[in-house]
Amino acid sequence: MSDDAMTTPVATPATTPTPVSLSPIAGHLTARRRQLITALIVFAALALVPKLISDVYLMNVLILTLLFAALSQSWNILGGYCGQVSLGHALYFGIGAYVTSILFVKFGIVPWVGLAAGGVLASLLALALGYPCFRLKGHYFSIATIVIAEMGLLLVHNWDYAGAALGIQWPFGPDSWWTLQFARDKAPYFYFVLGLFAVVWLVTFAIVESRWGYWWRAVKDNPEAAESLGVTVFHSKMAAAGVSAFFTAIGGGFYAAFVSYIDPESVMQFRFSLLMALPAVLGGIGSLWGPAVGALILIPLAEFTRSYMGGSGSGLDLAVYGALIMVVSLTRPEGIMSIFDGFGRKRAAS
Amino acid sequence: MTTQALLQVLASGLLMGLIYALIAVGLSLIFGLMDVVNFAHGEFLMLAMYATFGLVLATTLDPILLMPLVVAVMFAVGVSAYAGVVRYAMRATTNQGMVQIFATFGLAILIQGLAQYFFTPDFKSIQHSWLGGRTLDVGGVFLPWPQIYGGLISLATFGGLFLLITRTDFGKALEATREDQGAVALVGIDRNRVFALGWGLGAALVGLAGAVLAVFYYIHPNVGSTFGLIAYVTVALGGFGSIFGALVAGVVVGLVEALTTVILPPALKSVGIYTLYLGVLFIRPSGLFGRL
Repeated sequence: MSDDAMTTPVATPATTPTPVSLSPIAGHLTARRRQLITALIVFAALALVPKLISDVYLMNVLILTLLFAALSQSWNILGGYCGQVSLGHALYFGIGAYVTSILFVKFGIVPWVGLAAGGVLASLLALALGYPCFRLKGHYFSIATIVIAEMGLLLVHNWDYAGAALGIQWPFGPDSWWTLQFARDKAPYFYFVLGLFAVVWLVTFAIVESRWGYWWRAVKDNPEAAESLGVTVFHSKMAAAGVSAFFTAIGGGFYAAFVSYIDPESVMQFRFSLLMALPAVLGGIGSLWGPAVGALILIPLAEFTRSYMGGSGSGLDLAVYGALIMVVSLTRPEGIMSIFDGFGRKRAAS
Repeated sequence: MTTQALLQVLASGLLMGLIYALIAVGLSLIFGLMDVVNFAHGEFLMLAMYATFGLVLATTLDPILLMPLVVAVMFAVGVSAYAGVVRYAMRATTNQGMVQIFATFGLAILIQGLAQYFFTPDFKSIQHSWLGGRTLDVGGVFLPWPQIYGGLISLATFGGLFLLITRTDFGKALEATREDQGAVALVGIDRNRVFALGWGLGAALVGLAGAVLAVFYYIHPNVGSTFGLIAYVTVALGGFGSIFGALVAGVVVGLVEALTTVILPPALKSVGIYTLYLGVLFIRPSGLFGRL
């Protein structure tokens, strides 16, 4: 409230509210509303994509892009907002894929149940692992997450019931939303994964401005200070890990339905952990659109280089991919979204 | 299980452990010096193995004679990696930890891709060396000469490293930079130069390990991933930055791995190391000899 308004109360009739006085909060609210509307427009526009594209290869790339946008957003909740750099999210992805596949193939339980079960199981495991792991700091935490995921990979590799190294093949069935199997048309997969991305985005959007969101950023910036201000650092990390693992596992379950065949290497390799973190790092850690922007660049690039250069495992595609990761992380440590931040700030200032 | 069989397992584990320690110590050294984890460490090892293989093909000399050359090449690789990548990663003001992880990881993928492109994904091995195929019989316990030789090189290297750090100017500069990066600038030590030399030394050490390993292990573009992970576990177990910790942890990892194969099927041999590592970390979050 401006000083003028305070000193001349009589001049201002009580019935007319002074819009200026509330500007910081009101401005914030409109910014939030604008973000939400933009997001809904983006989701709606994306929903039209299957009507425009019929090419199967291109649809596949787009489905993977959206999947990794969703996965990276899930990773971002723990790694980006809460600052806990997990390099073992392949574990949760694998749990989602395996639980969904086992329930469907061995027990005939529809993937929808499997997705939920996988999500809950991954969440519980994340909480159980968080108990010891969140005492570790920095690199110790990251390396522990790699090791735990590798251990999961080893165990699944030797788990005969789950097909060991051979993995699990889904039976071919008629196209159906019920069993999430679509052999002829890729569009339903696209809608599913778009829905998943939208949900993860909206959950992130809702949480980041809530009490938890503020706690997470406090834990990321300075855990000691946060603790002294009454933030329970440990519980904050646990909550972030639980949410993050839940959505990662759902992504894994979807992936299993999408490719209809999983084996330990194809869902739990270390590479997957990185593939989940990279888009967020590239696009912008701890930002709402960073993971999606990063995925939009990385996944098509990886897929195209693989199909054009990666024939017979020549390795050139890997080299290009590695060089790109290096260059981007060095030249734009804040991520690509920071370019837009700059515009926003300039516009607000002028 | 007979005593002799157990002794055999322990001896093999000990020798392999010494080589693990040699692989890990460069990683620990760089971390202690500048708080950076090199995620391309395993790829450095792979490069050293290919360098050994290539030099053997080119010169037809014995791999043992070529070792100094491999170490020199890897020193150059280390300095270049610092000058070309890490120096820039250190400049990031936001997300520095993340930038370092992904910059060195990008480098790892780049090296792996190039190795696959230039050397093909095929497995290679060095067929002839003075040591190849010969074993030493110590009272019924058979030890392959390449591993004995690797273990001895590892011990000698740790001794040399200890002397280097305590007795030479470079070693003192290294220690001083570890202790306080700001203060060394005041006494006229060029921090950048120490870092570059530190990376050179770190890569040269893993280069030595690669030259040792190349004599008795298959060489392929993904060989770095396996040993890289063992190196991270070893360093974290011993405590990041602790050179003595790397030696002890390397031996422990080698022994535990060997003992695990007695109890579990060979495919699960790493489960023992991982379990031990996690167990220790949950009791001592900064490793056995870590300062945090």
